[in-house]
Amino acid sequence: MTFSGLRVVKEALTGHKGWKPLWRNPEPKPSYDVVVVGGGGHGLATAYTLAATYGITNVAVLEKGWLGSGNIGRNTTIIRSNYLLPGNQPFYEFSMKLWERQEQDLNFNSMVSQRGIINLFHTDGQRDAYRRRGNAMHLSGADGRLLTREELREKVPFLNFDNARFPIKGGLMQSRAGTARHDGVAWGYARAADMRGVDIIQNCEVTGFRMEGGRVTGVETTRGTIGAGKVGVAVAGSSSRVMAMAGMRLPIESHVLQAFVSEGLKPTIPGVVTFGAGHFYVSQSDKGGLVFGGDLDGYNSYAQRGGLPTVEDVIEGGMALMPMIGRARLLRSWGGIMDMSMDGSPIIDRTHIDGLYFNGGWCYGGFKATPASGYAFAHLLATDTPHETARAYRFDRFTRGHVIDEKGVGAQPNLH
Amino acid sequence: MLIPHPLLGARDAQEFTYLGDASLMDRPDPNGPEAEAAFCDYVFLRDNPAGVHRELWFHEQGDRSWLVVTRDTVTHEILGAELARDVKRGAQT
Ligand SMILES: Cc1cc2nc3c(=O)[nH]c(=O)nc-3n(C[C@H](O)[C@H](O)[C@H](O)COP(=O)(O)OP(=O)(O)OC[C@H]3O[C@@H](n4cnc5c(N)ncnc54)[C@H](O)[C@@H]3O)c2cc1C
Repeated sequence: MTFSGLRVVKEALTGHKGWKPLWRNPEPKPSYDVVVVGGGGHGLATAYTLAATYGITNVAVLEKGWLGSGNIGRNTTIIRSNYLLPGNQPFYEFSMKLWERQEQDLNFNSMVSQRGIINLFHTDGQRDAYRRRGNAMHLSGADGRLLTREELREKVPFLNFDNARFPIKGGLMQSRAGTARHDGVAWGYARAADMRGVDIIQNCEVTGFRMEGGRVTGVETTRGTIGAGKVGVAVAGSSSRVMAMAGMRLPIESHVLQAFVSEGLKPTIPGVVTFGAGHFYVSQSDKGGLVFGGDLDGYNSYAQRGGLPTVEDVIEGGMALMPMIGRARLLRSWGGIMDMSMDGSPIIDRTHIDGLYFNGGWCYGGFKATPASGYAFAHLLATDTPHETARAYRFDRFTRGHVIDEKGVGAQPNLH
Repeated sequence: MLIPHPLLGARDAQEFTYLGDASLMDRPDPNGPEAEAAFCDYVFLRDNPAGVHRELWFHEQGDRSWLVVTRDTVTHEILGAELARDVKRGAQT
């Protein structure tokens, strides 16, 4: 079943009776060439790329809940490639390029919208830092440009430019950045993987690994044992729990991040605006809700909900940046569990166990990484070599002293 | 969250800053065998359990003592708090 304008018109005229479920609900087979653990964005993108690019179609994605129940359905949908460090920026720019062709690749409307992102600065020092970041972005082929205060006033006139503590002096803008529909991304990958023969198995929690002679041979699940030539784990906030079943301790802590959405409003915010100094960022969804968030609650958590002090902190940040937000009513808030790594950057690597591969440590920024993470993980699973854009994302970078610490805060996950 | 400070009673968690797993008190011996590997584990690896977690909180906006707080990471329920120096002393005797 492919989507097209013609199809939409035909269905509209025939009472929408021809639409079918986007993917099958198969029983697990006794074994697969590759089992991907975790049906979030990264697991689904991995399975899709294995089938679409590497020709490996005997693949299952095992998801403990329902598809999209994890962070892929909880994030604030920002996509961007505005990193500084050489280990990161080429990877995120690769991801941005994959976003730009995603809807064609998947034949699915994931509502990729390149509405731009602006990171605000407030001091000369920050301006210099952003100029340096912008240059690093250019080196990877990405776009980026400094906006003056006057240009900003044109684009986002509603900001409080003369805040006493953080007067707005300008911003770094990436025009190709923007947002995408998070559920749509999960559904699009699931459907495209399913169409290529991948089994997506929901309500199937992995509870252990089967090993023989130091090699993984399958997984134990709540729906029975499933054999596997290779196992790729992409379970985001549950990374430490799942890898502990293989006897591994990870450079990861799990933390809760909250997000918020207001009632639907007429279009007011043209793109994404981040106010790092005030722990606040905001965009407007296509339905009109202001989607915003801030920092982590800051303590280890698996609760998928946070506390009121952080709600207060985020909303204070919003009031400081754009006082008009005080007129909007808050509709909902929620939390998701972040796999916060020790340097704030991800891991896509083999493990010391043959056949067992790991993808995680995405912190609060893994949505934008979804296409490239799936691509690089599929590449690793298929070829046993790292993808060229993900070579820095190895476990041993910590012991070798080659951490990728964008913020420079050290091994303190709640500060990244 | 309210943290039951052993000296000051129930205090708002907002008065504290969070460091992490209480095992950070067990610094490896820099002159011991395999010290480099031991320090890599100490600095970078964590148990990160879902459930009961012993963790270090610093009473920054209070009496500036370090506490070992026992907390459930699934429910956020706080099960107890001790002065870190008492925990350390207890471990040494
Ligand atoms: C509030 C919030 C805002 C965010 N905002 C952004 C943003 O604006 N931009 C951005 O780039 N990123 C953002 N992120 C981060 C991003 O959402 C995550 O980094 C990314 O979604 C993680 O990858 P995933 O989609 O594969 O994770 P998930 O969707 O969490 O997938 C992991 C899956 O593994 C499953 N699982 C766990 N254990 C098992 C098991 N034992 N067996 C089987 N399955 C298991 C889980 O049920 C889950 O479905 C945000 C996150 C949150 C919570």
